[in-house]
Amino acid sequence: MTAKHRTAAINGTVFFAIAVAAIGAQAARAANTVDPQADFKAFRAYFTKRFPKVPLSDFVNGPYSMDAGLRKQWIEIDAFPPYQFALDKGKQMFETPFPNGKTYADCFANKGIGIRQNYPLFDTKSGEVITLDVALNQCRQQNGQPPLDYTKDDMAALTAYMAYTSRGKPFDIKIPDDPRARAAYQKGEEYFFSRRGQLNFSCASCHVQSAGQHIRTEVLAPALGLVAALPIYRSEWGGMGTTSRRLTSCNSQVRAVPLKPEDEQYRDVEYYLSYMSNGLPISGPGARP
Amino acid sequence: MASTIRVRAVAGSDNTEVQALVQHPMDSGFIKDAKGDLIPPHYIEVIEFQHAGKAVFTAYWGPAVSKDPYIKFSFKGGKTGDDLNISWVDNKGQSDSLVGKIQ
Amino acid sequence: MDLNSMSENTVKRRGQTRRTVVQGALAGGLATLGLAGTAPADRARAADASKWPKEAFSQKTEAGAIKALYGKTPEASDKVSLDAPEIAENGAVVPISVTTTLPGVTSIAILAAGNPFPLAAHFVIPAGTSAAVANRLKLAKTTNVIALVEAGGKIYSATKEVKVTVGGCGG
Repeated sequence: MTAKHRTAAINGTVFFAIAVAAIGAQAARAANTVDPQADFKAFRAYFTKRFPKVPLSDFVNGPYSMDAGLRKQWIEIDAFPPYQFALDKGKQMFETPFPNGKTYADCFANKGIGIRQNYPLFDTKSGEVITLDVALNQCRQQNGQPPLDYTKDDMAALTAYMAYTSRGKPFDIKIPDDPRARAAYQKGEEYFFSRRGQLNFSCASCHVQSAGQHIRTEVLAPALGLVAALPIYRSEWGGMGTTSRRLTSCNSQVRAVPLKPEDEQYRDVEYYLSYMSNGLPISGPGARP
Repeated sequence: MASTIRVRAVAGSDNTEVQALVQHPMDSGFIKDAKGDLIPPHYIEVIEFQHAGKAVFTAYWGPAVSKDPYIKFSFKGGKTGDDLNISWVDNKGQSDSLVGKIQ
Repeated sequence: MDLNSMSENTVKRRGQTRRTVVQGALAGGLATLGLAGTAPADRARAADASKWPKEAFSQKTEAGAIKALYGKTPEASDKVSLDAPEIAENGAVVPISVTTTLPGVTSIAILAAGNPFPLAAHFVIPAGTSAAVANRLKLAKTTNVIALVEAGGKIYSATKEVKVTVGGCGG
């Protein structure tokens, strides 16, 4: 291991240890002592210190901010990307009225254009984190339409289009002054740092401790900006996949039993990761290996 | 329903640069499906680009061309507003065409 | 489906506009263009499958494919530029481009020696078309990628090894 890698590994371990200790301590604390702003600063400092040459906004490009050879291939492919068809389909879906004459635009602020960076949000009425995918299905149900499968093509196409209309807009995730919102944020943070599965990895094992390093042949994306590129077209899938598809497959890959798509835990971790990426630009829909 | 062909053709001072992306599975015949059965080969064999009645580029593709194939080339001539005719045919005899516009 | 806004395909034919309705691949079917009968002079010619070099594409060796395609031995030339990654991000989608400064180019071909069928693509370059092409290919494994340029009746080549690894994450 080179000195650089050793330092990185140690830093990762130190941060990891601090984070785990903090969470362990927090488990005993009441929700109103959660300090997302302090977490945000520490999280950001960890990554900017570990990867000083990466411009802040570039973290949203995941592995491509970490590896020049991969970046070149990505730029070539992104010039006319394979998710073009999903985008076109998503636009068509978005613009097609429901049988009752209403459209998705009627369910969202700004007619649903350029709003992806506000999700997930905490719904104080229901006391839950609402992701964009869930909001879209709520819209469908309000208009008498059956919900879309959270892992399949149609939802991926629709969210791809909505992400596209928000490209470049900075994440603007809010944690309202509500103990339930802070609790959801905290649960998301805990999930992120908790080990699971036969491989006993946490999300942080890969995306914090080993960010920028190889796992087999892929380069691990840093957790900072991780969700900015969703939904993603993965060469491995030969197609588009939603946030739910990625989260469930991440669970499977550490040999853990995946939760149901848009399970409360998944929504909470998406909330946490999105908040941590506040200020970073939406880069979705993204292409990944 | 839209065409399977997306094209960006831009006229420069001398050349027109053409990029096209075609929606097609380009199944090689070597990949198995979820049940473990081989997915039969299904790929575009010929794609042709014509401008002003003349072929400006023809590609003969095999199963090694990636899914949703991409191609980029340039030809002399072509001006904004001109038609660019694109058509393809695959190994199953299916086909599609598009009349694109040069920007 | 709103027919008026549906298809972008139009084939102009003596002042008439005929819409060709094409179903998206996602629907699982691709409608066939039925251009039957004799074509009027100004109708776009459909791609002609009979010209597809079947024999070259079915060769299982690099040498066999080159022989079937050109029947000549290529000579390496530094005037042929082959741009391919050193390590492919994913063997299913590898961006590869070929350019050349050689004059009189009539065709370009790209082969992957380690593929089950080495010939990946063959491009016809008519007069007036630049001798440059960019595409995305599948590479089965770490392999030499060979670019062939047919110019002035001779064949020139450039070779580059591309490392291909199984995608990570055990998925």
